[in-house]
Formats: sequence, structure tokens, C-alpha cells
Amino acid sequence: MGTSISGIRGDRLSSADYEKNFSDLHPPLDRHQALVAADRCYFCYDAPCMTACPTSIDIPMFIRQISTGNAVGAAKTIFDQNILGGMCARVCPTETLCEQACVRNTAEDRPVEIGLLQRHATDTAMEKNIQFYPRPERTRHRIAVVGAGPAGLACAHRLAMNGHDVIIFDARVKPGGLNEYGIATYKTTDDFAQREVDYVLAIGGIEIRNGQKLGRDFTLGELAENFDAVFLGIGLAGVNALRIEGEQLSGVEDAVDFIAALRQVEDKADIAIGRRVVVIGGGMTAIDAAVQAKLLGAEEVTICYRRGKEDMNASEFEQELATSKGVMIRHWLQPKRVIGKDGKVAGIEVEYTEMQDGKLQGTGETGILAADQIFKAIGQTFDPTCVPNLRLDGGRIAVDAEGKTSMARVWAGGDCVKAGEDLTVTSVAQGRDAADSINRALAAAANPAVAVA
Amino acid sequence: MADLRNTFVGIKSPNPFWLASAPPTDKAYNVERAFKAGWGGVVWKTLGEEGPPVVNVNGPRYGAIWGADRRLLGLNNIELITDRPLQVNLQEMKQVKMNWPDRALVASIMVPCEENAWKSILPLVEETGADGIELNFGCPHGMSERGMGSAVGQVPEYIEMVVRWCKQYTRMPVITKLTPNITDIRKPARAAKAGGTDAVSLINTINSIVSVDLDTFAPTPTVGGKGSHGGYCGPAVKPIALNMVAEIARDPETYGLPISGIGGITTWRDAAEFLALGAGNVQVCTAAMTYGFKIVQEMISGLSDWMDEKGHRSLDDIIARAVPNTTDWQYLNLNYVAKAHIDQDACIKCGRCHIACEDTSHQAITALVDGARHFEVIEEECVGCNLCVNVCPVENCITMNALPAGSIDRRTGKPVDPNYANWTTHPNNPMARQAAE
Repeated sequence: MGTSISGIRGDRLSSADYEKNFSDLHPPLDRHQALVAADRCYFCYDAPCMTACPTSIDIPMFIRQISTGNAVGAAKTIFDQNILGGMCARVCPTETLCEQACVRNTAEDRPVEIGLLQRHATDTAMEKNIQFYPRPERTRHRIAVVGAGPAGLACAHRLAMNGHDVIIFDARVKPGGLNEYGIATYKTTDDFAQREVDYVLAIGGIEIRNGQKLGRDFTLGELAENFDAVFLGIGLAGVNALRIEGEQLSGVEDAVDFIAALRQVEDKADIAIGRRVVVIGGGMTAIDAAVQAKLLGAEEVTICYRRGKEDMNASEFEQELATSKGVMIRHWLQPKRVIGKDGKVAGIEVEYTEMQDGKLQGTGETGILAADQIFKAIGQTFDPTCVPNLRLDGGRIAVDAEGKTSMARVWAGGDCVKAGEDLTVTSVAQGRDAADSINRALAAAANPAVAVA
Repeated sequence: MADLRNTFVGIKSPNPFWLASAPPTDKAYNVERAFKAGWGGVVWKTLGEEGPPVVNVNGPRYGAIWGADRRLLGLNNIELITDRPLQVNLQEMKQVKMNWPDRALVASIMVPCEENAWKSILPLVEETGADGIELNFGCPHGMSERGMGSAVGQVPEYIEMVVRWCKQYTRMPVITKLTPNITDIRKPARAAKAGGTDAVSLINTINSIVSVDLDTFAPTPTVGGKGSHGGYCGPAVKPIALNMVAEIARDPETYGLPISGIGGITTWRDAAEFLALGAGNVQVCTAAMTYGFKIVQEMISGLSDWMDEKGHRSLDDIIARAVPNTTDWQYLNLNYVAKAHIDQDACIKCGRCHIACEDTSHQAITALVDGARHFEVIEEECVGCNLCVNVCPVENCITMNALPAGSIDRRTGKPVDPNYANWTTHPNNPMARQAAE
């Protein structure tokens, strides 16, 4: 079974190969491996790893707990700061966050395996379905959360922890946001995103309404009127276009749609992939698309990025992962024109680029890469039409340090605000912190005397 | 190449590494393997008197504590002396000694505290051709409940009496093995010497409970739901053993008495330290029980290479070299001033030195300098305690540097006095003032 004939088609591999290719990228540590890995932690003072974590997880503490046989206690240490610690353990670019800061790098060029240890702890607690946070007495405050992605879920959980009732509105069929639709399949296997949503919701007091899209099914004004507070975690709905000739040809696709389809499909053989695939872009999405194209059986996968290696948003680790899977990464190439044949993609004309006087420019030298499928991964954009009354900053929702928007009783966090890193873990931190801010605001409003005093 | 040949109370062996009386030396099969691996000698596992042999428990005999990565740091055992018939052991000893004439073979013995018991076993042992005997006055579990082992070792008068019997009834050199489960190790050593012993060996194992099973609430090793204290050994006991060896080595009453050093010796370096503190040779058990007999090859090459590097030609060049430098606290130089120094190039910025000093000592190490993570000694506060050196995970990153005489100690603001001065003459010492009057 399997085929390498041209065109865009499924069934390129045997079912065994599909299964192998899309299995867990980093298999979990077993108990012994976790103890060995935990032994390497120095329990640093004011640990650099903890500072590097956007959610400030007490990493030395949870690793020490693992090392003493208390993986469940370790999970609580993690969840106290990051209720989506299970997903973050899988998808965080730890090589540029906690593990980059690990002092073991200085000593021996090999950090403590923090991500894998975090997964060990959170998996242990989640497998036993241990809930650490009892739902307190209800406050009767109702809060609307828009978007059931990392920011929205983190916000909702923290609000529920404080006794508030939360309704999450999400446009998609399933909750989870990018955790469910935007992450490479091999990073989150076994339907982990949905299991995690269930784990988070188990606290109680959170209702999710799927298929409810802001701006289509309800407005921000309605929410602000009907709820005590609103949190927007609506992510980035738009995708940048190449704006070149031939973009409309069959075979030119958005990488995010490809990644989402892969996550949702039952049988990977149903996903059609080209024999020769070109991915345009230099971020995590480009890598995820390229690697998975290769894993689906594409014979030749090339990433074209218009700048140099050091400019790529994809981490060094991700780049190495791609090349190890056989993806070719080419730098200093920008797309000029998609070449079609019979209405389908046949190739892409690219132009070499260079930096001139601090500006990226084409050199005029062009070439053609044969391709039957092209994925666009040149960035996602915030679609502001659903929040017409909010002040924007850099094309995204403007917020203050606590996540408050320009509109009273409306907070926002995650990729839809301008803070920058577009990471799951950053979104979690913003959702959590916005919830704390909402909680403080509600408490102050309920008890103005205390607030004045 | 350094000469590792060893002569201990007249017993010759090609190197100073003996296996201690313990499970590894219980029978010919093990001892033959040990000699093939290169061990210089063995002390055969303790023989009891003729008759029905002792019995051991049929459940776990060992318990342990571990360090990082489950490295065994301390081992505890509740095994008794040999549980094989005396005649079998004697025959095997004789055969092994014939097969390996260049290796030391010493018989450990433990029989009741009666003259006849000792008088009758000694000729049997002598007949095997064994090079010497070691009196087991150390075993702290099981046998001690029957008035033997450490029950004898804890009563100096008994030690002296039994040693005297042994010296009377055998021509073999007598090594008296001491228990550490006493308050002052010098007392049993002096008693052994008074009885005429040729040497002492120490330490035997320390009374211990290594852990409690928190599910069954029973000490480990647990035999049918109950646990008993055992004898503790392995790397964890080395510091205790070193001190006891040194105590005997520098005691004027036992000065010069040969010592066979035992207690947690795992590497050549451990062995060299015992030799330096006055041991004439060393005995090893736990390290072999952890890693097998091959470790002796590391010990031999390590000791030899170190001696070559330092220009020591024979063991006599190193034995007891550290004894003159081992003294009482009251004679330490109170005018010696050292300060910690952190090598910033070696520092990995874990901050353990800071938090140890900040929380538990003298607030003498920074965490931030000009807003940046930076660990540096504040000499005005540093008392030179060495804690930071001990908690630092990087070897030689933090060092203790002596202040030169005449330089200013920034903690006291006073110049470092070049003269030696100790507590016995210190003005704060009431005894010193009395002496001066």
C-alpha cells in the first residue's frame, strides 16, 4: 500500500505508517525515567526556569515533588499557576522558555527535561481525575467568556474557582481553540485537548455553548449588558494572503486549515497531500504544516522563507525537527507567482531576497519550484469587525496590564490582544490574570466601602 | 610505578585492599572470584563454633538509602555470621589458601565468651593455613542478643580477656574488630591492646533502621510484618569510620597499634584517606556488594596512579601522614582567616550558595547586583564557614581563600595576625585565664 504518484491525494502510506508517523512526538516519561530526570534539578534559588515561564510555575518545587514520589502534589503546583499545564507540557517551546533558562545548560549543555516532567506530573493527576480546586459557594456573578481556547478556558476556570458562573461562547463545533484545531497532531495525541477541556470543566459552574460566534450570533454590547463581566479570548480569525498571481488556483491552501483538518479527521489516509509540497512562511505553523505534509507521505516538502534562518519565528528545535523529518528549509526566497496547469497548481515562481539598507528586497533573480500543493503560513490576523467599539493597538485589541479593554467590564487576552508571543502558555497567563482582575473588580463593586477604605 | 605491596601484622598481600568479613567472603566460590578480580586479601566470613550452624531469616536481609539516581549510599543488614557448617568453611579456606598463596586469608571468628570455646576453635583455624584471625566483636544484630559480637565489643574488659585467650592459644596474628556502637572508640582499642592484640580493625556496622514502610508502618527490611535494627555500612558511614580510625591512631595509649580501616570505602580515594589517617590497610564490603569485585581494579590503578603523580613510592610513604594534622578543636589556629570566593566563569547561577547563606547562615552572598542575577561573596559578612562550597553543584566554583597575614579582614576590620593562637590561650577562655595566672 502507499503511493508516490503526482497530484494531491490521500492514501499515500500504509495505515501502519500513518499510525507511526502521527504517534506521540515525545513519548511520556515513565516513573523511573521521571525520577532520573528529576534528580538533575538543582532546586535553584529564584529559579531562572520559573522566571522564564509565562505562567510562573514553581518548577523547582514540582520537580522536587516528583523526585520524592509525589507526582500528584507536583501536578497541583503546576495547576495552581496554569490549569492547562498538561497541554503546555506538550506544546510549549520549552527550548526557548524554561529549558533555555535552566542552569544545567551552563554546566553541561543539557537542561533538565522540564516539559516532560511537567507532563509526567499532570498526566498522573489527570489519569486519576484528581480535582484540586473545590467549587466555592456561588457568588451569583455571571461572566461571559468568548472563545474556548487556552485564554478563555484559563479565565473561566479561575473565575469558577472564585465562585462565579461562567458561560463560554465558542464559534467552533468543539471547545479547545487552537489546542483542538491549531496544533500538530503528533504533539497532542489521544484526543488530549478534549480530555483537558473535560478536566478543566469538572470544577463546575462553567457552561460551554458551541457554534456561537461573536458578531454573528450575538454582539459584544449584548454581552456587556447581560453579564457582570466579559472576557474575550477570540484569537486570530484571519489569515494573511500572499497577494500574488495564481493564489486562487486549486491546491493553494491555508496551512491553518490543513492543520485543523488533520486534527479532526478519523483516518489520516483521508487527508489529501501533494507529491511535491511548498510551504510559504517561517513560523511554527509553517513547520507544523511542512512536517505533517511529509508525514502524510509527500515526497518533497520545501519551506520557503523570505528571510534568514535566525529570523525564523520557529524555534531552533522546531527547525531541526523539520529537517530531521526530511523537510527542506530554504531561506531568502519570496513567492512571486503561482504557476498553474489545467486550473491546478503546477509550481511556484520564487525570487531571491536580500537585505539592502535594512530593507528586505528582491534581487530580481527568480526560479521555479515544481509543486502540486502550496500551503500559506505567513501569519494570522485579528479580525476586528466583531468588536467594532474596542480600541485596537497594532491591529489587535488594546488592553492594560490587567487585560482590561477600552470598554467597561470587558477584558481580553490571548492572541487577540497585542502582547506578543502568540503562545499557548502566554494565553493561559493572560486569561488567568484577567480572571483575577475581574474577580477584584467584582469584589470591589460588591463592597464599595472596603474599596474606598 | 608505585609499590602497593602490603604487610599488615606480618601478613603479606599484593595490595592493601582486602574484602571484609561479610557475605562476599562466605565461601570458596566467591573468594576465588575475588582473588581472580585482584583483591589482595579476604577476611573470611565469621566462623561460629562447631555444632548446628546459625540460621538466617528467610526474608529480606538488607535495606538501603539512596542518593540521586538511586545511587546506593547506605546499606543495612540483618544477616548473621556464616550459616554453613564449620568444617565446610575450614576445608574451603584451606583449599583457597593453597590455590592463592600470595593472597591474605584471615579467619573471622565469633564464639561464646568462654575460654574453652576459643581454645577449641583456634587450632582448627590454624590448621587451614590461614594467615591470621579477626575477632568479631562488632556484629550489632542477632549475635549480640546472644552475648557475642558487639555485646563483647561494648565491654572493654571482655575484649581484653578474649584477646588474651587468643594470644595464648594461637601463634596467628590477632586482629580485633571493633564496634562503633560505643561512646568512645579509644576504650575498646586500649583494651584490645592491653590484651595483646596485634591490630584492631574498624568499624563494624552501626545500629540502624534505614527506613520505615509507610504503608505497613514497619521498619525495613521487613520480615513477616516486623523489622529489627540492622548494621549500617556503605559510603554513608565513611566519615564516622574515618574519625574513629583517627581517634585510635592519635591516642597516645594506642599510638602505633596497626589498624585495618573499614567503613564505606568505595574508591581508591576513600582508601587513601583511611591510610593517611593511620590505617595500615583497608577492608571493603558494601562497594563490592553494590558493584561486584571488579571495582578493586579501579582502586588499584587509582591509588597507584595518584601515588606516582605525587611521588609516593610505597604505602609507607602515605600511611598515617594525616595523623599529625588531626588535632582537637582547641588547638585550631583562631588567627587563620579564610573567605569564600566565587569563580564567576564557573558559576552556573543556580543560587544555592545564596539561599543557603541567606536563610541559614551569614547573609554573605548576593543574589542581585545592579539588578542582575549575580552571586558574589560579601567579605564584610563572610565568616569563611564553607557552607557555600558544600552546597555548590559545580566543583571548584567556590573556593576558600586564606587571607594573607597583615591584610585586613573586612568583617572585623582588623589585620590578620600572623601568629598562631588557639582557644587554650584565648582571652575569652576562662580556663586560659586561669592557666595564665
